[in-house]
Amino acid sequence: MRTYEFMRQSQAFLAAAAFCVCATGVLATQPLSLEGAEQSDYRLKYDPAVVDKINMLISRGYEDNEVSPSEQADDVTWLRRVYLDLGGHIPPLKDIEEFTSDKDPNKYAKVIDKLLDSDSYVNNWTTIWTNELIGRQTPRRTSREGMQKFLREAFAKNRPWVDVVSDLLTAEGHYEENGAVNYLLSQMTMRDEGVQVTAKTARVFLGTQVQCTQCHNHPFNDWKQDQFWEFNSFFRQVRRVDHRKIDPETGRQVDDYSELVVNDFSGPVYFEKRSGLMQVAYPKYFGNDVEFDNGKSRQAVFAEAIVKDGDHQLARSLVNKMWGHFFGFGFTRPVDDMGPHNPPSHPELLEHLTDSFVASGYDYKMLLRWITNSEAYRLSSEFNPKNELDNPAAGEMPLFSHMYIKSMQAEQLFDSLLIAGNSTVGGVSQGNYAQMMQKRNQWLQQFVTTFGTDENDESTTFNGSIPQALMMMNGELIDAATMGEPGSLLHKVVTSGERDSRKIQLLYLAALGRNPTGRDLSAVKKLMQVSGDPGTAYQDLYWALLNSNEFIFIR
Amino acid sequence: MSQMKPGTMDRRHFMRHLATGSAMTIPAFHFLNHLQANAAEVRRNQKACILIWLSGGPPTIDMWDLKPGSKNGGEFKPINTAGDLQICEHMPQIAKQMDSLSVIRTMSTREADHTRGRYYMHTSYVPNPTVIHPSFGSVVSHTLAPQRKDLEIPAFISIGGGAGSSGFLGMTHAPFVVDSNGQIRNADPTGVDRRRLEQRLAMWDVVESGFINSDRGDLPQAHKDVYHKAVNLMTSSQMDAFKVATEDPKIQEAYGNNNLGRGLLMARRLVEVGVPFIEVNFGGWDLHNDVFNTLRDQRLPTLDQAIAALTQDLKSRGMLDDTVILCMGEFGRTPRINQDVGRDHWASSWSLLIGGGGLNGGVAVGETDKDGVGLESKSYLPGDVWATVSKAMGIPLNIVHTSKRGRPMKIANGGNPIDELIS
Repeated sequence: MRTYEFMRQSQAFLAAAAFCVCATGVLATQPLSLEGAEQSDYRLKYDPAVVDKINMLISRGYEDNEVSPSEQADDVTWLRRVYLDLGGHIPPLKDIEEFTSDKDPNKYAKVIDKLLDSDSYVNNWTTIWTNELIGRQTPRRTSREGMQKFLREAFAKNRPWVDVVSDLLTAEGHYEENGAVNYLLSQMTMRDEGVQVTAKTARVFLGTQVQCTQCHNHPFNDWKQDQFWEFNSFFRQVRRVDHRKIDPETGRQVDDYSELVVNDFSGPVYFEKRSGLMQVAYPKYFGNDVEFDNGKSRQAVFAEAIVKDGDHQLARSLVNKMWGHFFGFGFTRPVDDMGPHNPPSHPELLEHLTDSFVASGYDYKMLLRWITNSEAYRLSSEFNPKNELDNPAAGEMPLFSHMYIKSMQAEQLFDSLLIAGNSTVGGVSQGNYAQMMQKRNQWLQQFVTTFGTDENDESTTFNGSIPQALMMMNGELIDAATMGEPGSLLHKVVTSGERDSRKIQLLYLAALGRNPTGRDLSAVKKLMQVSGDPGTAYQDLYWALLNSNEFIFIR
Repeated sequence: MSQMKPGTMDRRHFMRHLATGSAMTIPAFHFLNHLQANAAEVRRNQKACILIWLSGGPPTIDMWDLKPGSKNGGEFKPINTAGDLQICEHMPQIAKQMDSLSVIRTMSTREADHTRGRYYMHTSYVPNPTVIHPSFGSVVSHTLAPQRKDLEIPAFISIGGGAGSSGFLGMTHAPFVVDSNGQIRNADPTGVDRRRLEQRLAMWDVVESGFINSDRGDLPQAHKDVYHKAVNLMTSSQMDAFKVATEDPKIQEAYGNNNLGRGLLMARRLVEVGVPFIEVNFGGWDLHNDVFNTLRDQRLPTLDQAIAALTQDLKSRGMLDDTVILCMGEFGRTPRINQDVGRDHWASSWSLLIGGGGLNGGVAVGETDKDGVGLESKSYLPGDVWATVSKAMGIPLNIVHTSKRGRPMKIANGGNPIDELIS
């Protein structure tokens, strides 16, 4: 028999770390208590004019394309969506019941604000940006913990995005003491003259694909080969230093820490044209000269150029990426290939959000608040007869007249299965966060494949293919969630003394965030009767719910 | 509630349960419909392709198209082979098999970025933001899987990953990624017998179908299709094909005790149970520096042993005429040797190895100039290579796939089979 010790610990951790501390009364026998419908005295934390304009520009797209938006999603479906998108996991039962019984008309904005202030928010966005910046597989001599520490602080304090990026580009020092250096370190594992870091920085922070221009002018966009190397010149003063030490036990040299240092390289960069002609490049930002004064490092000058950039491409690229995060499709496809060659679907909306984001002082949470409070984000993912053509999965331009379903990421699944498995409070200290991340990361490695090329690119088999299905059916996470051990959610439901219908309802809510329909109920009850043993029947039902398409899709 | 105690039931045990079939109280679930098939039987004369993927972009000028006497020539010498061409001195075993294998020397493919090159060589199409094209393995799966009713495991298997995606053909034709040790994670339904599995799947179907019936696009149905394949696989004795360790030790030794050797041996075993497309990933070719030492001491000896063993093994089993062997990466490498004694990315003149499947062996197709930079004869695109493979596998070239957007796309992007390779 396998040991589930780790799962128990992680469940306890997550229940504690997720703001949703679930009291033991969650599954209390009484149906939801109505706390009375009152007028809202909840003060919105955003300027409604910004969101109104989003709504206006989106619905103009409906009119222009003669589609009608779908109905609003029902409350529980929307709640599940916003928990997964902002907090990285499904809502615990208690939060679902709280939300459905809240009569405040502003309860949507309220729950968004609650999520934005939660630990889950910090964990989720730390995960998303760690993956974005250094990948799921940590490159050699790079500190994942250092990277996470820097990002946790950035998201917990809601630091202005422009400052975060500036730190990532100008950091120096020890990779655990100054975690920000790990972005540059992770891109400098090969001696490649800063080629990888040039391409990645342009893509991740400026939504611009330049990697082809290393060798030739871009076939589609405006980038020229010399621009690549001008950009590249900004990163030629940084150098990684990998320290070694003697292991006292074996007497052998082993890896110690790494650090990022800045040297005083001041020369130009040389590169070769396809014709074989050698060319020279000096630091320039999108072809414009930059000022160098009193010995500032080149990266610092680059970071300043990004901030001062009157075109606000840093803001625009984040807006596009974030819209893509919440809707499954951004304004360009892919979200990180912007430019005149790839016009956006909603140019005015993109500019509106960009300008508002800059005016807010690059307030990351505010941007998410606007997007999640929009009408489009409330819509159901069901098509209606009048928006069938709004189908970006089939290659059409997105109109956002209904929500597009998207699959959970592996990390969202991991965290959600822990929520679905257990509802107890664990007295786990913050120290266990690192342990927890380590466990999750170990688990994730089964899905990652790296290509071993100079771009450090990787792919995942967590993509809806067979290995993912096998993991869902037979993996240890699902076993732990459906074993029905004392203390688990399943155990509580089954031993609660409720009627069968109520037990089935609770399992549906816990897994899918919705109530079973009448047809669901009768079909499930019939199958449970055939099964004979009620204990295994509930295990099987929970297994079935967690394995369903409806569970894995954010809808 | 009593705690369920999972036993440690292995697949064989599980299979026995399935085969004898306990008294069924739930109508037989349609996922478990293949169990009567005599699955272990070796299937002969079914066409297949084994793609050996040299991830990172191999320096083919040092392997298949050497340039002695040129400033670009590098350190290696060409040697004669059993075919009508010369190859690198550090692949003497392959040289002996070259009567069965050929080289295309005038690949010219424009994409010298890893991601774009990998995509182009796998799909025959350059990347396009509005559509994801299927890797050719997915095209083969889509075309041949429906004809192979006895095949219970996926028709496109990627050993080591990196095989691209099934694009608009859907996740049921996605490459099934395994590693070369043959362990398939989570494939054993521990502690769950047939009745229990059927019970679970019946309940699952209630939710699964309910969501499909709400109108939310194609993804929910694709999810169900993939589960169907996964359940088939979990319960199939064809999974034994992954267990290379059960092969005759002499044969294992011949292929080489390394990931590539095990991968190619596994590929042969998979061809035997009817899998039509296997891709084996062999990385470490992004040789921006120290190209000659790395090739001579590491990459080439491994490649030489494994490909020669595969060719010989297929031949001796009478399978070579039905099995195409193709060996390439996302591009070649610069003829010019850089300051780090390496070669950089280069797509405009490079070579690949192709043979078996009834294609002509011992041929060098096309010719590059004396420095390996320009082409002296007709150039070829990935579509031409895949059209040649299609021809060898009996896949009609007039197949047109339609993307979800309704855009028609010819198989192999309308490429033409290469005359010199087809009789």
